[in-house]
Amino acid sequence: MADSIQNDASQQNNTLLGADELVLNMGPQHPSTHGVLRVKLKLDGERVRGTECVIGYLHRGVEKIAENRTYQQFAPYVDRMDYVAAVSNGLGYCEAVEKLLQVEVPIRARVIRTILTELQRIASHLVWLGTHALDIGALTPLFYCFREREEILKIFEKYCGARLTTHAFRIGGLQYESYDGFEKDVERFCKDFERRIQDYVDLLTGNSIWIGRTRNVGVLSAEDCIALGATGPILRASGVKWDLRKAQPYAAYDRYEFEIPIGTNGDTYDRYMVRMEEMRQSRRICLQAIENIPEGAIFGKVGKVIKPAPGEVYHSIEAPKGILGYYIVSDGTTQPYRVRIRPPSFVNLQALDKMIRGHLVADVVAVIGTLDIVLGEVDR
Amino acid sequence: MSHPVTQALGCVLSISPTMQAVVAFLKTWWVELVCGVVIVAAVPLVAGYVVLVERKLMADMQARLGPMRVGPHGLLQPIADAVKLLIKEDIIPRDADAFIFWFAPVISMVAALTSMGAIYFGPAFRVAQDINIGILFVIGVSSLGFLGIILGGWASNSHYSIMGALRSTAQLVSYETAGGLAIISALLLSGSLKIRAIVDAQSDQHVWFLFLAPVAFFTYLVASIAETNRAPFDLPEAESELVAGYMTEYSGFRWALYFLGEYANMIVVASVATTLFLGGWLRPFSNVRWLDIPMGVLPALLIAALGVYCIYRAGKQPVKVQLGFMWVVALCCFGVAVIYLVPWLVAPLRFAIPGLNGAFWFLFKVAVYIYVFMWLRFTLPRYRFDQLMHLGWYILIPLAIVNIFSVGIAMFLSLELGWNRWLAVMLTTAFTLAVSLLLVRLHDKHASAASSTSAVPSDSYAG
Amino acid sequence: MADESKPSQESESTPPEPKATSPTPPPKSAPAPAAPAAAKPAAPAPKAPPALQIPVDNEWVQRYRARFGSAILEALEDRKQPYLVIDVSQLSEIARYSRDEEKFDLLEDYTAVDWPRREKRFDLVAILYSFPNNTRLRLKAAVAANERPKSLVDIWPTADWLEREIFDMFGVEFTGHPGLKRILLPDGWNGHPLRKDYDILQQDTAWVRENLGIESGQ
Repeated sequence: MADSIQNDASQQNNTLLGADELVLNMGPQHPSTHGVLRVKLKLDGERVRGTECVIGYLHRGVEKIAENRTYQQFAPYVDRMDYVAAVSNGLGYCEAVEKLLQVEVPIRARVIRTILTELQRIASHLVWLGTHALDIGALTPLFYCFREREEILKIFEKYCGARLTTHAFRIGGLQYESYDGFEKDVERFCKDFERRIQDYVDLLTGNSIWIGRTRNVGVLSAEDCIALGATGPILRASGVKWDLRKAQPYAAYDRYEFEIPIGTNGDTYDRYMVRMEEMRQSRRICLQAIENIPEGAIFGKVGKVIKPAPGEVYHSIEAPKGILGYYIVSDGTTQPYRVRIRPPSFVNLQALDKMIRGHLVADVVAVIGTLDIVLGEVDR
Repeated sequence: MSHPVTQALGCVLSISPTMQAVVAFLKTWWVELVCGVVIVAAVPLVAGYVVLVERKLMADMQARLGPMRVGPHGLLQPIADAVKLLIKEDIIPRDADAFIFWFAPVISMVAALTSMGAIYFGPAFRVAQDINIGILFVIGVSSLGFLGIILGGWASNSHYSIMGALRSTAQLVSYETAGGLAIISALLLSGSLKIRAIVDAQSDQHVWFLFLAPVAFFTYLVASIAETNRAPFDLPEAESELVAGYMTEYSGFRWALYFLGEYANMIVVASVATTLFLGGWLRPFSNVRWLDIPMGVLPALLIAALGVYCIYRAGKQPVKVQLGFMWVVALCCFGVAVIYLVPWLVAPLRFAIPGLNGAFWFLFKVAVYIYVFMWLRFTLPRYRFDQLMHLGWYILIPLAIVNIFSVGIAMFLSLELGWNRWLAVMLTTAFTLAVSLLLVRLHDKHASAASSTSAVPSDSYAG
Repeated sequence: MADESKPSQESESTPPEPKATSPTPPPKSAPAPAAPAAAKPAAPAPKAPPALQIPVDNEWVQRYRARFGSAILEALEDRKQPYLVIDVSQLSEIARYSRDEEKFDLLEDYTAVDWPRREKRFDLVAILYSFPNNTRLRLKAAVAANERPKSLVDIWPTADWLEREIFDMFGVEFTGHPGLKRILLPDGWNGHPLRKDYDILQQDTAWVRENLGIESGQ
């Protein structure tokens, strides 16, 4: 956590602290930074001239821990990175190890994985929407979003016993069969959800105060996105019609039809619209999936001891926040030699500096909210 | 009066000329003094319950329950909060000016309470005599509360507090201007600043000024939301705002004074709007004679209905104490309903009917106005400070000025030229609305231009 | 599971529409010496499974080799994911060529692996993705502990924090980086945790000894 303001050269455009500049510290404890994030703002009056993010407050050394656990033992650690979307993390890790083992996961497991992951995407976006609206001042959407999310968490609890850090998937497939009434629960949730999304749209989308706070705030062009590595809804809102679920399908995504929403300006309002539409598309995927969950086994040919051949693999998935990648190096033993997790929030947070320059201080919370970062993932 | 105690008292009190002067003073002014004491004692309590109502309403709109623990349905929550705040440690920042730090919230509260002194809560309940500058007094004195904010921010000895205080004051002053200009339209219609005369004018013209000057009402509504620092104009005191507001260093009962001052201000502002635009203490359809008796007993019936509802809910309370408490509330409601009904039945007390009913309708309208405040708070996001100032200076103030002219023209058309009153009002209102649309169009263009440029230095600290 | 082994389509510069990859047969490579395709290491067998790295010689590998010659030390494919082992002195040039000519416009990840028994102990691994071609490529460069490779920040700005993390965790310093300092750990931290010879207990015992004056009971 650096304290050197004078030597602060990590911005692209180096702004030394002039006599008319003020450094404002948005400290690690702040209601709007969504976790322990410290942002040092260089202000000129009300305008932000530069930022420096200080992270690492939640660093737990997950990659080092991975080198001392077996592959199965490491799976619960992975949930705790992006704790808002634990199921996605688990999916990425299990698929990466399955690639390492070159083992095929049965179709039934893949479909159930897809359904749970899409439900998790909706839940993650609901948390984002509620907290983002709360930061901008709308008090009510938070409670509505959490009410919806409650239904999803109930489904998770019925499925695997946990609501938040689910460890829902196992390497090779699923441990638990889907429970009786799983399809009915998901269907009931999805049918209700369309009406609820309309509630949020009514509250926010056409609201001129909302538009005034989010239009042209935090603009990021497509080239900047790709150069800075920002992926996920941020990339799509800047106009790049790309989704890893369509480009390189994993799990059972190639079986279902869904759209990729994109924006035009790359501002906060476009990111909001993209994520709202993504929730609708996730609902669409869920409805398609539960119509026909194939019968069959739920666990592939993976034994009790997982000892992959020496080598390495990189596998990434489209997590709710962006591209989540796992780079696993195996040395032939039961414990991985190196696990590297490519966290979307870490890379997206780099874009904060570019997005916030020239804006007012009051926009900082809006931009941090629109990046949808989870500090557990940023710091690992 | 030959009662021995009174005689003894008279002997004692006539000892010195000073005592005689005091007694004479009390004899003439005892009603006003009692009202004053009631206001000072009751308003904090009422403000506390307004906070509870807000929390319950917020919870209802957010699909949850709100305070439920302290007392049945949280009805004792304000008492608990007050006790908690009173027993908190008194923390003063080290380098703060202790006297000003102590005095600033007092100023805020005193300003709000004093302005309440001139307000008529119904034709019979008021503190001050009919002040000849009624409305002006109320608005002017309530503006003194800004001093409390500035001094509070300054006394906190924190750079961000003073900046937040100045910013808050800038917002209040701007919207005070807009609100004042909006009030002028209603004053044109009433022809007097005296509160009683304003309501009498609405009674004589058989219409609330809301219908004669609707744009002025909505301008005043928006301006009053900003004056009381309520959402969507509450950026200076929002937690997610980086620059902390003037209230940061205040804790315990000092903070409670600021907070209660804000809610008292809300009541003042709602009272002013009710007096000017919503007919004051007039009941709805005050000129329809055959509704006299039904509307006359309506207050008593409504309060009795509230009592019945409390009894119904009492049966659902799980705990005996809460059940008893609900019965007590119900009995209080019935008691008030009886007080309202007695004058109808006992002939010599008939004179009290207008006063009681008037008070009921006045408070009812104030409650509706405050309900709209709360409703907007829960629904709308917050304005950014530059957007807020732009809205005030570029939209509301021009609109209020244009509206003064249009009300004047409407009056001229209907009084001098004999046009139909409603035709004149509709024409001028249409004109004002067209102007407002134009202003909003310009505002949108400016907003999109401002947020896309990054080189314009903002000087919102100016002034 | 997606297949990423065909970066040989024509590149498109403008809208980065990904092309769908066809399910590919194994690349036209020299016949693999071992029998990796048959290896299914899932069975709980006591013997170590055979290695799965297949040398690869595609058009694009040939393009790289033609351009950089001996800087491309090896071109392998592991479980259908291609990677190039390159010489770290040419890291920046190869990266620039990859971005500009081969259209790998996204630096998806940049990390390191520690092989302490090697002379050049660190493996810098850059994972590149091409939006126009919808393909991935890994670049691996062996770096010694005291070597200072060139930073990739001017090629992909996202490398800023990624290289800071490599520095933080492994101690590899990059020249030309705008502000190379620790990112996840506090500034005054000693040691680089992801090195294999970094014992977490050493930090704990040192701190306890220094600040509490006793021996840590761990």
